[in-house]
Amino acid sequence: MMRLPEIRMLKILFALLLLVISVTGRAAIETYRFDDASQEESYKKLVAELRCLVCQNQNLADSNAELAHDMRRKTYELIIAGKTDDEIVDFMVARYGDFVMYNPPVKSTTMLLWFGPLVFLLIAASVVFVFMRKQKKNAPVVSAQQQKQVHKLLDE
Amino acid sequence: MSRILVPLGFLLLMFLFWLMLDRIGEGEYNPRDIPTEFIGKAAPSINVPDLFDPSRMVQTADMKGQVWLFNVWGTWCPECWREHEYLLELSKTVPIIGLNWRDQADESRAMLARMGNPFRQIGFDPQSNVAMDWGVYGAPETFLVDAEGVIRAKHAGAMTPQVWEEKFRIYFEKGQGTP
Repeated sequence: MMRLPEIRMLKILFALLLLVISVTGRAAIETYRFDDASQEESYKKLVAELRCLVCQNQNLADSNAELAHDMRRKTYELIIAGKTDDEIVDFMVARYGDFVMYNPPVKSTTMLLWFGPLVFLLIAASVVFVFMRKQKKNAPVVSAQQQKQVHKLLDE
Repeated sequence: MSRILVPLGFLLLMFLFWLMLDRIGEGEYNPRDIPTEFIGKAAPSINVPDLFDPSRMVQTADMKGQVWLFNVWGTWCPECWREHEYLLELSKTVPIIGLNWRDQADESRAMLARMGNPFRQIGFDPQSNVAMDWGVYGAPETFLVDAEGVIRAKHAGAMTPQVWEEKFRIYFEKGQGTP
């Protein structure tokens, strides 16, 4: 049986452990100070939208790569300098290309990306349509006599 | 009809898949490659101090009229060590300006003292300012700037005799920067 002071000690130890966990959780990403809430919102939106070029399946917010770190810092600096969201995206696109956007613009080179899935859907739908019509056509014709027989058998 | 079409379609997909894998294997296609935005555009300035002389900035204005290479490297980058010897050889005939990226100045100077220095000037860029202006996303990367100060070619990865032959040599043949 544990005595009261021991339990209290354990509680304190536990609280300290929780503190450690929260500290390591925050250590991976740097924190920035903003002048107002709209700037912070812009920052959050941009780092979620912009793509890291090293770890290509992560956005800037998720990535821990050094390049992502640099790009986050640049994003922050540009926001503080009073640039608009569009200007910051343009800044990144001028350097890293459309690749840097998770929401790429519709243009000739991205047509397949935007409309490819729709084309596949249409192909699949027409295949299903043709298949179903064929099934209907090949369905066996049941005569009135046979119909009666079926009902009789089912009733028994 | 569909009894032939379906397997045929499947075979076609398989063939395309094999084609892609084959090209990746041959090194002709890299799905992670990012097309550069800078071909045909004016080279950005290299607005950082010199690695060996921090009191002066890197000057590219006097490179006008000649074709030169811009090589981004760091002591932390194994591919950079690998290409170093070839850069030394190239530097006998080709002007190369380096960018020491995200690095420690003393370590970088020590590496060049140990392995030789292929660079005419070296920008020191621990904060990635110049690297970002040039759209660099990894090291090593090598750009070719022509006599008018326009970027004509770029290679991400180590410079090798093969890469030189395929992408760069032609720009030096007439000495004008236009193939």
